[in-house]
Amino acid sequence: MLHHFAAVAVFLLAGLAVGIAALAVAWVVRPKRPTLLKLSTYECGLPTQGPTWVQFKSGYFLFALLFLVFDVETVFLYPWAVKFKALGLFAFLEMVVFIGILLLGWWYAWKEGAFEWK
Amino acid sequence: MSGFTLQGILANVYETGAFWLLSLVALGAALAVVGLKNIVHSAFSLVLSFVAMAGLFMLLEADFLAMVQLLVYAGAISILLVFAIMLTRRPEGKMQESNPFGRYALPAGLVAFFLFLAIAALVLRVSWVSGPGVPAASTVGPLAEAFLTTYVVPLEVAAILLLVALVGAIMLAGGGKR
Amino acid sequence: MIGLGHYLVVAGGLFAIGLFGALAKRNAIAILMGIELMLNAVNLNFIAFNRFLAPAQVVGHVFAVCVIVVAAAEVAVGLAIVLGIYRRHLSTDVEHFDWLKW
Repeated sequence: MLHHFAAVAVFLLAGLAVGIAALAVAWVVRPKRPTLLKLSTYECGLPTQGPTWVQFKSGYFLFALLFLVFDVETVFLYPWAVKFKALGLFAFLEMVVFIGILLLGWWYAWKEGAFEWK
Repeated sequence: MSGFTLQGILANVYETGAFWLLSLVALGAALAVVGLKNIVHSAFSLVLSFVAMAGLFMLLEADFLAMVQLLVYAGAISILLVFAIMLTRRPEGKMQESNPFGRYALPAGLVAFFLFLAIAALVLRVSWVSGPGVPAASTVGPLAEAFLTTYVVPLEVAAILLLVALVGAIMLAGGGKR
Repeated sequence: MIGLGHYLVVAGGLFAIGLFGALAKRNAIAILMGIELMLNAVNLNFIAFNRFLAPAQVVGHVFAVCVIVVAAAEVAVGLAIVLGIYRRHLSTDVEHFDWLKW
């Protein structure tokens, strides 16, 4: 099995090398004459306003939370889907219960307005 | 294992090299998580550490868990952490000093260091044997059979745990409407 | 040849680093990061034991998936608590979280 993933390692290393090489070549050949205007933060041509680290709305946290919970659910759904035919009806009913329990949470999140974009 | 053919030796060399590289990246990134002063940098090192650990899972022939590691840890949990960082920033809070050590850093370091020494000493004293059998070509099928035949109750308990965590987290985070 | 001992020592190192992070940091989110590292080290242990002691079975993998579920639930609730406290007291510093003692 390992040699299947050796391609992944080669791809990762090659990708890393390309990125590093591009930056290194740019660093070697570029002229460096900084002025105050060149060093300023670029924001659509306008001068930047206020600090960059601003506080975000807490509604974003709920989106990330729902993503995490249903991401973990897929961990169980995927092997079941792969072996769906071999496992049969009993496994199907188990997964109906599993998904039903999580749909309760989904309904609660809906009721609390976690899906609303304000 | 795979004899003294050239390919067997080469595969062994690659595996050893990959193990040391991935271990060094995982441990170094973990140290950076603890040591860096800017908590956003800590979060990104945490992602690097998770990815290196996914590589270690791959070396241990756990292909499905390596993908789960990337999907859940490097994908979802680190996103949740970064969102929480973005949401807990006062305007006057300085990002460069957002991850300081507490009063008990020195005793904590000593505890962790001696714990590591104890674990390493114990592990290295035992001569580990390998069990019989060969790992499956893909662990997805065996895992599905295990979860849907032998470990049914843990599966449903996991669903209930996720439900409780979701409801509790929505309530604690203040809900959407309030 | 890389054996079980190598993986166990690496997992022990990760666990110790995570423990240090969980004990020594002041930012509550950094403490949760330390706990995540510790849980990951435990996962590495489970999978390494599974690979070397019972390669034909997947019991260690089942355990690791359960640990991942618990870690996800833990980080969701933990960060929600941190956000709740932050909303009330505008701080994520655990040394300010001391209203239960006097």
